[in-house]
Amino acid sequence: MAEFIIKRVLQAMVVLLIMTVLVFFGVNVIGNPVYIFASSECDQACLTKTIAELGLDRPLWEQYFVFLSNLLQGDLGNSFTHGIPALSLIFERLPATLELAICALAMALGFGLPLGIWAGLHPDTIISRCIMAFSMIAFSLPVFWIGLIMILTFSVQLGWMPAVGRGDTVDVFGTELSALTLDGLHHLVMPAFTLSLIMMAIVIRLTRAGMREVIFADYIKFARANGIRERRILTTHVMKNLLIPIVTVLGMEFGGVIAFAVVVESIFSWPGVGKMLIDAIGVLDRPLIVAYLIFVVFMFVVLNLLVDILYSLLDPRVRLGGNQT
Amino acid sequence: MNFLKPSLFVASLMLALPVAAQEVLTIGVRSEASSLDPHWTQLSADVQVHEHIFEKLVALDPTSQPIPGLAVSWGPIDDLTWEFKLREGVMWHDGEAFTADDVIFSFDRLRAGISGAPASPAFQLEKGLKQWTRIDDYTIQISTSEPYPTVAEDLAMLPIIAEHAAQGVTESVDFNSGLATIGTGPYMFEEYSPGSRVTVVQNPNWWGGDVEWDQVVFRPITQDASRLAALLNGDVDMIDYPPTIDLPQLLDDPDFTVSTIAADRLIYLMPGYKHIERFITDNDGNVMVPNPMRDWRVRRALSLAIDRNAIRDRVMGGASLPTRNIVPPGFFGYVDALEADPYDPDAARALLEQAGYGDGFNIVLHGPNDRYVNDARILEVVAQMWSRVGITTEVDAMPRNIFFSRLIRGDELTMPGFDVPEFSMSLTGWGTVAGEATYTVSGTLETYNAATGGGNGNFGRYSNPEIDARSVLAKQTVDGEERLRLLQEAITIGMDDYAYIPLHFQVNNWAMRAGLEHQPRTNERTMAMDVSATE
Repeated sequence: MAEFIIKRVLQAMVVLLIMTVLVFFGVNVIGNPVYIFASSECDQACLTKTIAELGLDRPLWEQYFVFLSNLLQGDLGNSFTHGIPALSLIFERLPATLELAICALAMALGFGLPLGIWAGLHPDTIISRCIMAFSMIAFSLPVFWIGLIMILTFSVQLGWMPAVGRGDTVDVFGTELSALTLDGLHHLVMPAFTLSLIMMAIVIRLTRAGMREVIFADYIKFARANGIRERRILTTHVMKNLLIPIVTVLGMEFGGVIAFAVVVESIFSWPGVGKMLIDAIGVLDRPLIVAYLIFVVFMFVVLNLLVDILYSLLDPRVRLGGNQT
Repeated sequence: MNFLKPSLFVASLMLALPVAAQEVLTIGVRSEASSLDPHWTQLSADVQVHEHIFEKLVALDPTSQPIPGLAVSWGPIDDLTWEFKLREGVMWHDGEAFTADDVIFSFDRLRAGISGAPASPAFQLEKGLKQWTRIDDYTIQISTSEPYPTVAEDLAMLPIIAEHAAQGVTESVDFNSGLATIGTGPYMFEEYSPGSRVTVVQNPNWWGGDVEWDQVVFRPITQDASRLAALLNGDVDMIDYPPTIDLPQLLDDPDFTVSTIAADRLIYLMPGYKHIERFITDNDGNVMVPNPMRDWRVRRALSLAIDRNAIRDRVMGGASLPTRNIVPPGFFGYVDALEADPYDPDAARALLEQAGYGDGFNIVLHGPNDRYVNDARILEVVAQMWSRVGITTEVDAMPRNIFFSRLIRGDELTMPGFDVPEFSMSLTGWGTVAGEATYTVSGTLETYNAATGGGNGNFGRYSNPEIDARSVLAKQTVDGEERLRLLQEAITIGMDDYAYIPLHFQVNNWAMRAGLEHQPRTNERTMAMDVSATE
């Protein structure tokens, strides 16, 4: 296991390095941020001065090496927009996104698994067909549309829910959480549900498909023949096998949800990192864009590692086999 | 985790309890303040929040004309020196007295430069190479290298911060935390939660008298539809930039009111004047020599071919003021005689025929798609109108982060330091934040000159000695009447020559719940001081 993890970490470093090159040069090709920030009254002398102050007049490779040497010291630069270290901005906003993503994941599993199991056990009933239709719709409809319709219905027409924002938060060990206050929960429900829909649809479909496959497997028949109660068959024997593909897919999906919860965050004005990224791209806040993308790559690498570990715990066949590349 | 819950639950209930009879105004804004350091940026989203907390020597009235702020009076004492008398008895939010030392400290901080701040207002001090001296506790003098008329307008952009609170603090960071956010304004800093809200509370000791609201909350809601929804369901009391498409419904709804004013932002089309323009081609696709844009008749024809009223009614939801002026009504430099061109496609065709372009030509119209109100749709409509008079127009709209780099500097082939604007025809806007036309004329109509800063927004590279003479002179004419004459002449010459093609001034709207009254501002800022409760 240790060897496996070390190998993975080394690979991750190479990926990160390549990523910094791509992101850094890519962002620099788009345009010059000074032209966006500068007031229209700022003349050529003022523009030149600002560009020089930010070090943007130096050759690109030189800028890159300055960036890289700062990176090795843990300094990802200050945001042009906010004048605050980019990393501290990311960590300031991250709890909000994590909270949203985790709630969405919980909803996806909490609704998705039971519905999927039910649909798998009773494939031909009308309810089962409705569940599958729901999963199709949830998967296909654009998220921004669903979000807006939910706001229109539940906030504007019915007035049950607040339309946007995060609500009251509670400070837990230096992290602001809103899931612990009534008002915060109230604000959290709609965005989390909207964000969970795609994951929920995936969970339903994977669970149902898995159910249909596993339920006819020989070991289930033998378990039945052994007289094991149906409940125990479901929770132990079926579930374990069912969860393997779900964990793999959700692991990847979850990374995507955290990194790119952009749409939901902007519709519900949720102060998370996704919204920050979009704002940063809009004004070409280079340090912030680069820092965020590097952070995302880092997160994906870690999540992949976690999925692999979880995977080997769930399925002894892949544990210490030859296929851990 | 469980053991935490009961206490947290109680805490949350306490947070949720409304404090009795607090007058709170919650404003949903399109863009959030990026920093509470007032010297960090001059972007309106930031300035509108700063202005609740920090004040300037010179304030601006709703039409951006200078009025006394922390200075009670000012005037030139000779050609090169202005004297400002400061307001006495003003207290900082922490109880210290405001004096000339704070003004000197603020200007010194700006001159030293705010490191890493690309949008700092510091450049206002470089205009006219201003120097400052403290005469006594309540008098300062500003001297310039040449006669310089707009000292007061420039100082209206420079917030004054407290020397005792801001000495040696970290830029941006210590202002966001509230440590150095000590101002003299009507509201005091309470909380800055990036992405969520900025909260300010009433300053009971404000020199300007009673302050209407106990607390004001700014909530950034970027999405137009979400911001409107937040207003409709009562999450916020007021929003800026309601979607233009929803204005008619809002106006009809008795539960809401809308406030409206023509903004200082001119939207115009700028032709390229280079000998060869690569985006202007004849019907066979070859670049044209000479560039037809250099012919006055072609530019006039393009202007006559645009139906500005149709753009106002069908694209802008009524929220535009068609014009041929470059500053809005009420501003220093507005010319009454310049009326918006009528829509006359026949005259346009005749002019093109006269100029020898009866068979038409092709043009690519560039513009941003996320900068100005309905910018991409305006581009499309203009392209259709031009195509109708025979000039086949193709639209190339792009995000502003790409557009402005290409507009100002040119494409990747341009050598650094040798800016060659790329576009042959582009849609841009110009905001006259100073409330007067001197820098609008100099920036958009004067010949481009990197050394003097003239024509710094003249990306078409229009050049007219008649205008240059007047504009350069106006910048050094302290006498108001004389300067007004020079500016109006320069504007009239430029607009009669169709140096560029003005479309309209953006008309800004705010929507709020019934029971609020709002005095809107031409400079697009949303301020609680302008809002009062009617009942």
